[in-house]
Amino acid sequence: MSAPATSPLVDVEGLHTYYGKSHILNGISLQVGPGEVVGLLGRNGVGKSTTLKSIMGLVRPSQGRVLFDGTSIAGLPSHKLARRGIGYVPEDRRIFRYLTVMENLRTGLDRGGVTEARKQELLAKVFAYFPVLAERRNQAGGTLSGGEQQMLAIARAMMLEPRIILLDEPTEGLMPRMVSQIGQIIDALHREGVAILLVEQNVPLTLAASQRIYFMEKGAIRHEAAAAALKANDPIIHQYLGV
Amino acid sequence: MTKIRDHHTIVFWTGFVVIVALLGLAPLGLPEFWRRFLTEILIWGLLAMSSDVLIGYTGMISFGHSAFFGLGMYGAAAALILFSPPNLWLAIAFGLVAAAAVALFVAYFSIRLRDIYFAITTLIFSQIFYVIIFTWTDVTGGENGLTFTRPRLSLFGLFPVRFTTYTMHWFVLAVVALSYLLLRRVMHSPFGMVLQSIRENEARTRAIGYAVQRYKMVSVMLSGLFAGLAGVLYAVQKEFAAPDFVYFLVSGETVIYNVMGGIGTLVGPIVGAAFFLMLRETFSRFFTEHYLIPVGIIFIAMVIFTPQGLLGFARRWLNK
Amino acid sequence: MGTIVDFFRNFPIDLLLIQTVNGIVTGMILALIASGLTLIFGIMDVVNFAHGELFMLGAYLGVIVMATTGNFWLALVVASLVIALLGAALQIVTLRPLLGRDPLMTILVTFGISLVLQNYALWQFGPVARKIPEPFTGHFTLFYLEYPWYRLVIAGLSAAIIGALWLFLKFGTFGIWIRATTQDRTMAQAMGIPVPWVHTAVFALGSGMAAASGVLFGPLVGVDHAMGLDWVLKAFIVVVVGGMGNLGGSIAAAIFVSLLESYAAIWVSPSQAVIVSFVVLILTLLFRPTGLFVPTPK
Repeated sequence: MSAPATSPLVDVEGLHTYYGKSHILNGISLQVGPGEVVGLLGRNGVGKSTTLKSIMGLVRPSQGRVLFDGTSIAGLPSHKLARRGIGYVPEDRRIFRYLTVMENLRTGLDRGGVTEARKQELLAKVFAYFPVLAERRNQAGGTLSGGEQQMLAIARAMMLEPRIILLDEPTEGLMPRMVSQIGQIIDALHREGVAILLVEQNVPLTLAASQRIYFMEKGAIRHEAAAAALKANDPIIHQYLGV
Repeated sequence: MTKIRDHHTIVFWTGFVVIVALLGLAPLGLPEFWRRFLTEILIWGLLAMSSDVLIGYTGMISFGHSAFFGLGMYGAAAALILFSPPNLWLAIAFGLVAAAAVALFVAYFSIRLRDIYFAITTLIFSQIFYVIIFTWTDVTGGENGLTFTRPRLSLFGLFPVRFTTYTMHWFVLAVVALSYLLLRRVMHSPFGMVLQSIRENEARTRAIGYAVQRYKMVSVMLSGLFAGLAGVLYAVQKEFAAPDFVYFLVSGETVIYNVMGGIGTLVGPIVGAAFFLMLRETFSRFFTEHYLIPVGIIFIAMVIFTPQGLLGFARRWLNK
Repeated sequence: MGTIVDFFRNFPIDLLLIQTVNGIVTGMILALIASGLTLIFGIMDVVNFAHGELFMLGAYLGVIVMATTGNFWLALVVASLVIALLGAALQIVTLRPLLGRDPLMTILVTFGISLVLQNYALWQFGPVARKIPEPFTGHFTLFYLEYPWYRLVIAGLSAAIIGALWLFLKFGTFGIWIRATTQDRTMAQAMGIPVPWVHTAVFALGSGMAAASGVLFGPLVGVDHAMGLDWVLKAFIVVVVGGMGNLGGSIAAAIFVSLLESYAAIWVSPSQAVIVSFVVLILTLLFRPTGLFVPTPK
């Protein structure tokens, strides 16, 4: 069942990143294929968020290669990456608290080269996924609940019509009902052909949503496996997540 | 470790003595204009050095030094006008007290404010004093300033001797050199270390338990005292006091000397003052009074490309 | 008892009312200058020391355009656009390299720019003050004074420009970009907003507003190379009193301070009346350091 390997959408090789003197990323290499959902699992502090930030240009890697669709993006400012189709949903959501829901969406929606009709389509789609956002469209972002803010953060990234979304711990601090909603969103995005690099602590969700999983430890990828081949209580999981 | 310390101490003191000697001998070989010029460089250098206490060591950019300088100047003027015969040490005393009073006033209001607010507030305070001096014509002579006679140099009222350009220069050199040593001693003391810690990370210093406000206050007063001293020297050298020196542009130029010379080095600002004044002299010949255009551009370029200043590379060494 | 009655009878009500109008007029212009300043600070964390010089150069440009075309409104537009471009150029060349460094460095650089621009103006235009002729004459009677319509018009125009700015910030894509950048620069960039250009545009906007104030104010005072200094000082006071980065606060503070100064000018000389603004500043710093008109610190 070996399909011909298509060239990856995101190709990271030998990435090293420092925070001051701390050597956080120690030679990360990973790939995400077009439309693929890839999970990144590991304990707290191993550098999962930093990996996403390094890809998104929010943190400057000192060494290594990051290719997006075959072209090098290392060193480019993040607004260019967003325009090229990389969406980013950070760990603490970071929606614009003093902007309304609608204005938050518009930060991604108001781009050159998008027709008014297309904008309406995108809005309609996102409101279909997240009806609560439609209700609260004129409310300030800061007045939303935690779960609603997470939805807004994802919806906002979707406004960019991205080819890949970097999702950092979307289920953190959410109720179980919302967690499964997140799982559904990821599936829906996958069906649309959007690739996702998912950093998570929630193992069952990650296993269910992803095609492949990377395991990280101390700033490096230690193991890679197809999600289908792993079960929830696999010893590998215990090894890298120490539960 | 002690060997390195000793080595450093020897090099430092040798260098210090050599430089002071050179500065002391220089007037013997210079025409009159340059003699006075050198003396002026030293005075402005002292002002800039005082400002380094705040900027380089405590991390507070101040545009208020013109107030300290100006009040030192006017304080000295007061002593020299009110008392006959004019007494040098009285002038110094008056000037220092006036500068300290102003420093206290400014410090009280400003130290609670962070960075940018502090800078703007000190600027506005220096303008407040400018306006007061400018408009209170009866006392301060207003726009025209005050003129007075230079006091004689004497020790405890004995052997009064007129200042010549040479003796004035040596007197100023002595004051500046002693001020440098004194400030250096203070900056290397535990007190100075706390100031530097405040510069590095104020919140953490406070969390450790230091009364940051009090340290800042003392820092402002220390800075103000030496700035006032510079003002006294200027008054004594020039024999007049004018409100122009209280205008915030003087503070601005002081900050320029600091940045050009290298903050946090104490000597750097003196070098910066020399550099700026030399540039001014040179450019004045070509651009007359518009020398600030090229010099200003040089300053901007230095802030962008060499923010550590001329002596910035020596900062660690000078602070050992 | 008699003296109290006398006091009120002699109280210069008419003078007070005239000064109220004057205070509001000056206040509106000061508000326009201060808005640009607080906009730049609120969005870019840059204290623009050169703001007064942009005001001054705007006024000079107004003089030149008036001299060549005789059209005041053209002068207003041209000056604003040219100085906006100058502001953009300055920001790109001198402020962008400083991004990420100690914000106090920007104070030094803008201070340096102010020195250069001031002396440039002195060099090019000489020390003699120029004047911008009023765009139209015409007075109405305010008590015993012939009050020029023009003064009311410039107050109105300043208000209009500020109002347009507010609308621009509230609606419109660029307004959203600016507000998003102010709140979270990193996420704004991650959303595709070209933050470096937003900064340049904001600086240009602030500069243009300063230039417009210069042209509007030109007919009231002489235009000379030092006019920026006094105004930038007042503008800084207003910005601190109004709450740095607070647009509404700056406007309220500008009118407040100008009114007080106008009233003070009834009894003392104008150069002493500025002490009023200093006193207001000191009181604000003592009791409400985040700004007089800011309800509670967030």
